[in-house]
Amino acid sequence: MDVKPPRSRLPMRARLATTVGSAAATVSRLAGKGDGSVIGGIIGLRLQPDLLSLLAAGRRVVLVTGTNGKTTTTRLITAALGALGQEIASNIYGANMEAGLASALSRAPHATLAVLETDEKYIPAMVKATSPRVVVLLNLSRDQMDRAAEIWLLARRWREALADAPGCRVVANADDPLVAWAAGAARQVTWVAAGQRWRDDSWCCPHCGAHLERDGDDWSCRECANRRPPVSWVLTGDQVIDPTGRERPLELALPGRANRANAVVALAVADVFGVNITRALRELRAVTSVAGRYTQVTRRGCDIRLLLAKNPAGWLEALDVLAPPPVPVLLSVNAQGPDGRDTSWLWDVDYRRLRDRAVLVGGERRLDLAVRLEADEVPFRLVNDIDEAVDLAGAASANLEVLANYTAFQQYRAVLGRAL
Amino acid sequence: MRSLRLVWIYPDLLSTYGDRGNALVLERRARLRGVPVQVLEVNSDQPVPRDGHIYLMGGGEDLPQTLATRRLQADGGLHEAVRKGAVLFAVCAGYQMLGVEFGGAEDQPVAGLGLLDIRSGRGERRAVGEIVADVDPALQVPRLTGFENHQGVTERGPRARPLARTVLGTGNGDGTEGTYAGRVLGTYLHGPALVRNPGLADLLLSWALGPLPPLPAEAEELSQRLRDERLAAAAAQQPS
Ligand SMILES: [Zn+2]
Repeated sequence: MDVKPPRSRLPMRARLATTVGSAAATVSRLAGKGDGSVIGGIIGLRLQPDLLSLLAAGRRVVLVTGTNGKTTTTRLITAALGALGQEIASNIYGANMEAGLASALSRAPHATLAVLETDEKYIPAMVKATSPRVVVLLNLSRDQMDRAAEIWLLARRWREALADAPGCRVVANADDPLVAWAAGAARQVTWVAAGQRWRDDSWCCPHCGAHLERDGDDWSCRECANRRPPVSWVLTGDQVIDPTGRERPLELALPGRANRANAVVALAVADVFGVNITRALRELRAVTSVAGRYTQVTRRGCDIRLLLAKNPAGWLEALDVLAPPPVPVLLSVNAQGPDGRDTSWLWDVDYRRLRDRAVLVGGERRLDLAVRLEADEVPFRLVNDIDEAVDLAGAASANLEVLANYTAFQQYRAVLGRAL
Repeated sequence: MRSLRLVWIYPDLLSTYGDRGNALVLERRARLRGVPVQVLEVNSDQPVPRDGHIYLMGGGEDLPQTLATRRLQADGGLHEAVRKGAVLFAVCAGYQMLGVEFGGAEDQPVAGLGLLDIRSGRGERRAVGEIVADVDPALQVPRLTGFENHQGVTERGPRARPLARTVLGTGNGDGTEGTYAGRVLGTYLHGPALVRNPGLADLLLSWALGPLPPLPAEAEELSQRLRDERLAAAAAQQPS
């Protein structure tokens, strides 16, 4: 094995680019503007446009993408591969476009492994730039439509990129027909039965457009040969079944079906790298929060749990995770750039199951959500901020569940303290 | 009419932007007036019922748009319903499909359903953002507020009228927004266009049901607040 640290092989100009980039990142961090990973990467890439390829050369790279669960799965894979005892480069702050990836690699010059969360739209370019050992495809559904992410088109681009990357193994969710179709073009695929809660973007065959037959998680096209591939990893309830047929309980600290699915994907990736599965599972159980998600924090005597979900599929999964009534729930929605400026997606979520519990509505676009809940006959109260919600919740319960989209989540996190 | 039948056409192909909202708003506003409502969701592998009162079509990507057009053409149910006087409300991709022709994948012209005298193609730039437009005074509907997200440009023939004149946003691309002819109405206000425009929802309901009594003020309060907020935000966004 080649143990020469990758950075020493970088050409002079690239080394300068990473040094200047990381200096800029430090300045940005000191100035209090986030973790600095994006600005560092942007400056580095400006000095050396093929910086990412240079930084990735000689490393074993895992790219993780999908509409939902990227950040958590990246964290889980990093945890599982930790069993190898090697340094791992990862963009743990969720900066998942080219600059974020470059910055993650330049900050860990000696890491021979890299686990990189990657924006869905950047997968074709990032596959080219990093020659990944593994690409993880989690799921594909409607998200931030005002950025024109047309998902059939996106699936086609993934498919073309993977057909063009013969050295790469794809770990893909067989239960998502769009993902399965995209991954089907790759030479080597590990199929995972990770489930699909949200189906409203995959009623029709991405190959020929005919209606899909659905039977539980199984699916097949009525017109062409496209069907759910045979799987080697299965999530069933809280159990994972590995390719040898051995069943183990997951028993994660992270809540919800979606996270169990993410964990099974992480195990499948760990297996590609030869990690002992029992050992990897122990690492996954030790993950208790991811970038502030799922952590409990106490404010004015109320235990608050923060959940982040950004799109209809994410909200559907998150509504499943909520503690049961009488614990009140605060729903919060913004429509800033990172959220998508369009709130139409609120109408794709079914809120009727909230009818019998206390619901509070906050965020900059609370009126959009209020009108939506009114249509579903869900009673609610409007609140201006987290403290008003805590005061209203405190009367009935010592707990509050908070479900927010991206910038609404970050605003609450800032109020509740960076300790999250 | 014993009950109002709403037919939502092809949610499996044409529902990408919260299109369910339009069905929910029509349903709510009819029920609040004591009219029972039946909502039929018709997927693209099912026949389109011919006896609906209001038909809804939503947005979709290029490929589903072309597939949906082919299936509706072969089915014939929608054409027959419109011939018999049903109301048809279509949004975005659905709006373009109603025309004589629209631009499919790679902007290849695709023959539309021919229910509106319009032709659509691809514009230079994608129009994304808030849209405000003043409705044809003949329709007596207040100013439209909505969100658009499309790259379409739509031209009208002599047998169709623009729904509105744009104040902010792109719409059809010529200073107008949407088209109507008889009881067929299409718009680029995507997703739940009727949520912020209850007046437009009531226009469709009145075409199907006849004159409508107003709703009690408390039933209108939230949607009115949302409407005011969005119109104020759009006014702040406009160059003065
Ligand atoms: Zn097929």
